[in-house]
Amino acid sequence: MDHFPTNWGRPRNDTVDAYNTYPLHQRPDWRPKDSFADGIQRTQQPIVTGTSVLAIKYKDGIMMAADNLASYGSLARFKDIQRLHVVGDYTILGAGGDMSDFQHIQHTLDSLMIEEFSVDDGHKLGPPEIYEYLSRLMYGRRSEMNPLWNSILVGGFKDGKSFLGYVDLLGTTYSASTLATGYGSMIAQPLLRKAVEGREHLITEEEAREIIKTSMKVLFYRDARSLNKYQIGTITAAGPKIYEAQSSETEWSFAEGIRGYGAQTQ
Amino acid sequence: MPQQRQFNPYSENGGTILAIAGADFAVVAGDTRQSEGYSIQTRYAPKVFRLTDKAVLAVNGFAADGNILVKTVKQRLEWYRHAHAKDMPLRAIARLIQTILYAKRFFPYYVYNILGGIEEDGTGAVYSFDPVGSYEREACRAAGAAQALVQPFLDNQIYFKNQKPKPGQSHPTHLPLDHVLSLVIDSFTSATERHIEVGDGLEIYVVLARGHSAQGLSNIPGAQEISQTDEGERVFVVRRDLKKD
Amino acid sequence: MTSIGTGYDLSSSTYSPDGRIFQVEYANKAVENSGTTIALRVKDGVVFAVEKLVHSKLLVPESNRRIQTIDRHIGLATAGLLADGRHLANRARDEALNWRDMYRSPPTVKAVADRVGQYVQAYTLYSSVRPFGVSAILGGVDKDGPALFVVEPSGVFYGYNGAAVGKGRTLAKTELEKLKISELSTRQAVMEAARIIYLVHDDAKDKEFELELSWVGDETDGHHVQVPRDLAAEAERLAKAAVETFE
Repeated sequence: MDHFPTNWGRPRNDTVDAYNTYPLHQRPDWRPKDSFADGIQRTQQPIVTGTSVLAIKYKDGIMMAADNLASYGSLARFKDIQRLHVVGDYTILGAGGDMSDFQHIQHTLDSLMIEEFSVDDGHKLGPPEIYEYLSRLMYGRRSEMNPLWNSILVGGFKDGKSFLGYVDLLGTTYSASTLATGYGSMIAQPLLRKAVEGREHLITEEEAREIIKTSMKVLFYRDARSLNKYQIGTITAAGPKIYEAQSSETEWSFAEGIRGYGAQTQ
Repeated sequence: MPQQRQFNPYSENGGTILAIAGADFAVVAGDTRQSEGYSIQTRYAPKVFRLTDKAVLAVNGFAADGNILVKTVKQRLEWYRHAHAKDMPLRAIARLIQTILYAKRFFPYYVYNILGGIEEDGTGAVYSFDPVGSYEREACRAAGAAQALVQPFLDNQIYFKNQKPKPGQSHPTHLPLDHVLSLVIDSFTSATERHIEVGDGLEIYVVLARGHSAQGLSNIPGAQEISQTDEGERVFVVRRDLKKD
Repeated sequence: MTSIGTGYDLSSSTYSPDGRIFQVEYANKAVENSGTTIALRVKDGVVFAVEKLVHSKLLVPESNRRIQTIDRHIGLATAGLLADGRHLANRARDEALNWRDMYRSPPTVKAVADRVGQYVQAYTLYSSVRPFGVSAILGGVDKDGPALFVVEPSGVFYGYNGAAVGKGRTLAKTELEKLKISELSTRQAVMEAARIIYLVHDDAKDKEFELELSWVGDETDGHHVQVPRDLAAEAERLAKAAVETFE
């Protein structure tokens, strides 16, 4: 997307490179051109999708949340889908984007964990290892021009250290004490940052729950592809835990009593 | 032919990097903000990496490509150490990076690289690269989102472009460390003011050639020494806050 | 060894005139030379025990394991050529993973035993390969409860409540038959398994041995893991005491 409003609605001028972006040429297609070449299907767009995932660092570890909706375009198609997934003894994954790609990722990671379990050498993969593996998987697939269409949060706690990382379909990675995917990165992330940044080690589980609940409620109000039924997951020294689904209390009556918006000051 | 939507494998993650070579030192710096469009993804994602005791690499552009590139370069340097029992010299690292970049000429790493450090002859050096591996040794270079803001400033302050020396005097060929550091800090505070993709934090790596005193670092609080060779090359890092808005 | 010199024992792709494949029988000899391996299928799980003969004091203790994990819920213990056992375990892991890839569910022990059996059998058909010098005990807990199978060098596999292969199998089987296996718990089975291994070990002929113990069942949350150190030590202590008083 072109993020510069002055360019919006104007034809793109490829001869002027105002922001020193490197000119990206159309890449040659080296794939064999047999009669079946057109039959190779790659993910060009997500089909059944999940929306935002939120996660924060707190005193005891990581708290993560995602609603239970898998949408088919604008249709709320599946309303009982779990988008948080435990990997091994120390890690929780939360995914937005294409749900079939996410199921594939779950299966890949589960197979990896079984392989590691079979080795039986006393080592267990922790959050940093799983995150590295996942990042390489996502980057590898984007480099094949056949991406896994997801934004994923990886939360973990092992050996007294908490872990929180993001990875998406481009293989882009980053860490922070608050993370959010999709709509959440625009709507919930500012709320999370305000509540958490600089006081990660002070926030109790109860307070973390409140922060997450407020953010999930705001997301449900504002994100048309969200559902008022979501699950919270925590990962602490006690291990990973995904809780039963819960819902936010909402208020949809006429806003005559609400003051303080726009021109209305009294 | 029907209009086809194509997956775009690239993104642009903002931020700015810069490096300046002195006579016997090099300074490599970058901000720590990582963004996509108007969203800040994180306030701390390092773009400057220590490769050896004499070489520091700054990477800017598409962060996923950048991180993979740095991992690749670090692995190649480790293999070099195993094979030759020493660190790869700076000019060899520069050529290595060009080879790695050009190998992906037709699906490029969408990153601008600036390599800074000390050459085998003890001089400070900066190498800058384009995404497909074209490179040259320079005295200073800025790249990234605020390149257009910072490079003209450096041209003026380092190369003395559009400046006339006083009659009978000439411009110095190299600036001292403390002067260079204040130019770097001013570059980033200014870029933070004027460019939305620059800010949050600043990391400045300083590589000193053997025999160079850390004198110039004394006015900069919080300079931290991270490595030192037997011969006396030293690497320092300075971490500072930039505005977060 | 009437087969020697007849020429019918040089390849497993040739039958002898009386319909035998000598290479497979020789493979069984390799198994018979090996330290004993036993397994018990009890009401809440499966227990494995191996008498691992240690041919040198210089070996690192607990190295060269003969009990291996195939899937979270399946274990495999071998008697015979160690390297063949490890190769077979890798094949079994591939088969278990392939099952999960195809059906998105954990494989049954029987399914894995069947596929491993097919694989082993293929090595009895060609002159270019030799049959596996191992008998493999596959055991675990699946959707149908505890299960235990033995895959032999010929490729056949049978299900058992108690299995014994290797040197001391005859005595071990006699001991297993004395037990009311289906009434034991895994915890009790660990004690019995350790006792049997100590019993069948021949101090005079064989030098040192290490006792390997693993289990899978309710006690382990359905995972195939090594028996915890304290329990294994306790089982070993009781086993030594029982052998003292035996006879």
